Amino acid sequence: MNPHVLEVARALDGFVAAIFVLAGLGIIMARQMRGTLYLFILHSLMLTASAVVLGVTLDSIHLGLVAVITFFTKVLAVPLVLVWTTGSSAYQRREVEQVLSIPFSILIAAGLALVAWVVTNPLINAIPDHPFAAINLTTGMMAVFFGAFTVAVRREGVAQLMGLFVMESGAFFASISIVNDLTIIAEIAAAVDVPIAALVIGLLIRNVHKLTGGTRVGSMAELRERH
Amino acid sequence: MLLALILIIPCAVALGAVISRRVAPWLTLVGALVVLGLAIVSALEVLRTGVLRAALGFFTLDSLGALYLLLVAFVGMTAALYSISYLTARHREAGEIPPRYRQYYPLFNLFMASMLAVPLVSNLAVMWIAIELTTIFSAFLVAYEDRAETLEAAWKYVALTSMGAMIALLGILILYYGVHRAGEAVSWFGLVRASSTMAPAVLLIGFVLALVGFGAKAGLVPMHTWLPDAHSQAPASICAILSGVETSAALYMILRLYPALARNPGIAHPNIWYLVPGLITVGTAAFLVLQVTDFKRLFAYSTIEHMGIILTASGLATAAAHLGMIDQLFAHAFTKSFCFYAAGLATLALGSQRIQGNRGLLKRSPVVGWALLLGALAIAGAPPFALFISEFQILRAGFSAGEYVATGLLTVFIVLAFIAILYQIGGIVFGEPDPDLEAVEAAPVQRLPVTGVLALGIAFLPLLVFGFYLPPPLSQLIHQAAALLGGGA
Repeated sequence: MNPHVLEVARALDGFVAAIFVLAGLGIIMARQMRGTLYLFILHSLMLTASAVVLGVTLDSIHLGLVAVITFFTKVLAVPLVLVWTTGSSAYQRREVEQVLSIPFSILIAAGLALVAWVVTNPLINAIPDHPFAAINLTTGMMAVFFGAFTVAVRREGVAQLMGLFVMESGAFFASISIVNDLTIIAEIAAAVDVPIAALVIGLLIRNVHKLTGGTRVGSMAELRERH
Repeated sequence: MLLALILIIPCAVALGAVISRRVAPWLTLVGALVVLGLAIVSALEVLRTGVLRAALGFFTLDSLGALYLLLVAFVGMTAALYSISYLTARHREAGEIPPRYRQYYPLFNLFMASMLAVPLVSNLAVMWIAIELTTIFSAFLVAYEDRAETLEAAWKYVALTSMGAMIALLGILILYYGVHRAGEAVSWFGLVRASSTMAPAVLLIGFVLALVGFGAKAGLVPMHTWLPDAHSQAPASICAILSGVETSAALYMILRLYPALARNPGIAHPNIWYLVPGLITVGTAAFLVLQVTDFKRLFAYSTIEHMGIILTASGLATAAAHLGMIDQLFAHAFTKSFCFYAAGLATLALGSQRIQGNRGLLKRSPVVGWALLLGALAIAGAPPFALFISEFQILRAGFSAGEYVATGLLTVFIVLAFIAILYQIGGIVFGEPDPDLEAVEAAPVQRLPVTGVLALGIAFLPLLVFGFYLPPPLSQLIHQAAALLGGGA
């Protein structure tokens, strides 16, 4: 592989990874539901971009397929399915009540980024022959942590669902740098799984809205042990 | 073709259930019976040939997979039978048919298909998708009765187990890399073969992510909080599947990683990764059983306890402990489904799931009272039931291996849970009905759902028989499955 091409590709992938991290951070902090949705689309777009960069550089048709699948499922299908199932009114709201303040959320996110770096470091050292592993593994792990944090601290169902998809995108962002030939059947199955998950969880949010008049799933607390 | 049919049938039945709501319950039962028959034939074939392969290696079935397949098929069949009149009785009690009844049988069959796929598919990534689909298809089964409580339970179930699934996905993909790099097929067999040459960091990080991720679905502490909520709100037929075989599906994934971990020379004391979370889970569940106020939640905590026992047994890392572990996994599935069938009927008889205030079930409905009592004795591990044998095997293996601290703690937790379960259920079954509830007592007892009682009876057979006698082919399958996981064997 031409070292200059590789250098340019790594720089490009690094840029994409930076936006990927910032979009993930934005999803943690954005209180407008519409903003959260747009940031999720940006996040998915960056996963697509990274798959394109890696696919072209490593000459992998599988990564090209991952890019196409991600674009059609996460950038297009999932947002449409979500707006259809939960109703567009859900995206005009603002999450008023916050579990953690924004500065404190940023502080914790910074801590999580550090943990992601520490966790992936031994893995990167054990995989010396993959030129994008250092960028993608750490970034992907960060996104997994950011997504989990989003699910934990957001009260809105839509925001929590975005957190789940951020985690999934993180897992794929990390893995495309080391597994660039997932079998076709697994790729197709993953492509089917994501919109189905969006549909079912979206419908669940719609039912919550119908029954409680809101989508603040974080406030549902009927099921506690009563003495 | 045989293995493919096992998946095709529930999918076809799901389609049939969408087309005709009237025949859906009976179609589901017939489908489940056929799947059980095919699972038995496949298991016998596995005993004869060792491993079954089909569809150019897309499907693979070994002894552990065959055993799990049998359990899913059996619990699925009894749950399909139980559902028929149990749901009708629930509707009669509620005074209406929930709108989600239309979706119940299609989702039930898709849920079964996704669970049956777990032991059948070879590729680890596809296996992960099957596990993820079990959550997706069962979400609305948990929220069957459209109430705030059921939706809350379904949301917690989906959010927590999906979070776990995403973490497990990264773990599986890291392991995928390791296996692929070693030039092996990305299956359980490939993983075990590749594990001795894999970089310890790759194997260990992949494993830990899988443990945490699948652990959430298996109900391991501290990711267990969805489990009591989902089990207290879902219909009893769904609880039987969730508790009996769905949690075990996630644990099945964790257990299958042990031989790979044990073979890697760079990973010291791989059993610790099973022993510590296992003991924490059993201990926490034993204490939680003491403070529970709802008998369906009690059985849910007992499931958490059993998942912990199975994980601990894996961590004891001897051939005898692994045999006890497989016995425990096997006995847990049909015993727990029996317990939830009994709990469902008890809810119908008592009109509530609360432990406090509900007394004298034996007098009110002797069949249900006895069923709940026998279920509690069996699940707590009392002799002569199958779980007594498996727990005794595990404890004996632990002490024989010199693991005195771990086995001693396990003994204390098992005894504590035993006392707590019998104390709580004893309170409901025996005694005089509360005089404050005279109005309830005076109300006529609802006629027991016929197929519900029939399913209870069928589920009771293995509970009773397997404590004394295991048919030779089944015993052989259990021994082979234990040897397959036997890092210490």
